Amino acid sequence: MIIHQLSIFLENKSGRLTEVLEALGEENIRITALSVADTTEFGILRLIVSEPEKARELLKKQNFTVNLTEVISVMAPNEAKHYAKILRILSDLDISVEYTYAFSVGDKSIIILRCSNTEDAIKALKSHEMELLKASDLYKI
Amino acid sequence: MEIWNRHFECMDRDGIRHVQSERLRETVERVYFNVPYYRNRMQEAGLGPENIQTIDDLAKLPFTTKPDLRDNYPFGLFAVPMSEIVRLHASSGTTGKPTVVGYTRNDISTWSEVMARTLTSAGANKNDFIQVAYGYGLFTGGLGLHYGGEKIGASVIPISGGNTSRQIQLMKDFGSTVLACTPSYALYLAEAIQESGIKRDDLKLRVGVFGAEPWTENMRREIEDKLKIKAIDIYGLSEVIGPGVASECLVQEGLHINEDHFYPEIIDPVTLKVLPAGSTGELVFTTLTKEGLPLIRYRTRDLTRLIYDKCKCGRTMVRMDKCLGRSDDMLIIRGVNLFPSQVESVLLEMSEIKPHYLLIVDRVNNLDTLELKVEVDEAFFQDKISQLESLRQKLQNNLENSLGLAIKVTLVEPKIIERSEGKSKRVIDKRKF
Repeated sequence: MIIHQLSIFLENKSGRLTEVLEALGEENIRITALSVADTTEFGILRLIVSEPEKARELLKKQNFTVNLTEVISVMAPNEAKHYAKILRILSDLDISVEYTYAFSVGDKSIIILRCSNTEDAIKALKSHEMELLKASDLYKI
Repeated sequence: MEIWNRHFECMDRDGIRHVQSERLRETVERVYFNVPYYRNRMQEAGLGPENIQTIDDLAKLPFTTKPDLRDNYPFGLFAVPMSEIVRLHASSGTTGKPTVVGYTRNDISTWSEVMARTLTSAGANKNDFIQVAYGYGLFTGGLGLHYGGEKIGASVIPISGGNTSRQIQLMKDFGSTVLACTPSYALYLAEAIQESGIKRDDLKLRVGVFGAEPWTENMRREIEDKLKIKAIDIYGLSEVIGPGVASECLVQEGLHINEDHFYPEIIDPVTLKVLPAGSTGELVFTTLTKEGLPLIRYRTRDLTRLIYDKCKCGRTMVRMDKCLGRSDDMLIIRGVNLFPSQVESVLLEMSEIKPHYLLIVDRVNNLDTLELKVEVDEAFFQDKISQLESLRQKLQNNLENSLGLAIKVTLVEPKIIERSEGKSKRVIDKRKF
């Protein structure tokens, strides 16, 4: 249930994001989800890709600072109350969400969560019968 | 034009050489018998005090450097018992250890004397109000100007650095006629005065004595234009005494060195040979009267040349050109000395950061700015903005605490900063001198 997300440190300079995507494109790596967190000077690019290990090596060779981060993914109807319920389950157990992002496929939301404790988060969401996605499920989307 | 000490400042060359030789003999004798460091260095060179009879014998003696001061931190090179020391000053050093200087009562009196000459050569006298906007404290700027100002009988305003609106208010209300600060702060003040809406006619400012950092002729013209004053260049370094080592007169054609107290030589920084008169090279000073911390052939690392012709002002004291640069990598930022190696040692203490850095020095609105670009270590990078931000903040705090300078830290991607191949480029100085 643990998904390995690529986290890439980027300076806020034009062209850097393009370079990352071009590098991945050359090896036919597919991107399921993408999110950027930024400050005035730097940003962190977060990617769910088809072959995270391969993508990581590739980017490392091109001198990017890149790490694999453990995240989880939940599928739920794309109504706000479902997203809220997921967050409520976690906060009730004092599991903090460091960041989250989501996208819709049809009437479903695919929610990515980075939690302070990944294992506990998985257990909690499962016990509430939330639909957790495996990495292989995600890469197929 | 007034001259504070006509006897020495206008002495003929033979006379001054005689004074220098006599004072050198006394100094060498003092350090030989009172400072083990100098005695050992002289014995290694097979020299005793009897081998130094005239100023021409000076070249036989070994040099003293800033690292020598640091190795003998804090008081190892003092030539008198601590009971004779009445004042300590210090400047920042390379490994967190400052360079410490000690003054006896006579040294303070010498310092006041040379500062009185400095202020007099800038045209100041007992009727002036001197606003001392140099920092007071361990830095020698504030107290140096202060004692000189009192010695000539002027009204000294010890306002110290910073607090610009108060500077302007007192300048107007007290009628300051002389401003003493760094040239970059003078420009900053000039603009603040324009913005404040105070009319130039409401100010009595006539002259400025500026030093402690390098500045250009262009900057001088800008200051003179904007403040409508005469801008006088002064030179000094705390190791030698502080401000008062040399200063311009109103002719503004070089800085007169108080060579009856501080003997200058120009050397080739590579071969260490003394260069013929008029050549450009590294300035070296031997103190001739100092008691607390006498220095023999101290390498300043400042590059300049000496002018022995008589000046139009009537003074015969040798002049030095404005400093052209340095023979080492020391930077002077807002009057504070900074070696890139100091930055490096702070970085090395933090395992989260690679010791690859680039220091960018610039001058924005007439104030020096420092930006440090450092690479984020992959082992540390953990995908949280808050973590990277706190790392940046921690580094910024560590730098400020150990260097006494505010530095803007920017995190950059790895391998962006050029790797060292022999001599790497660690510093980009965009300021124009």
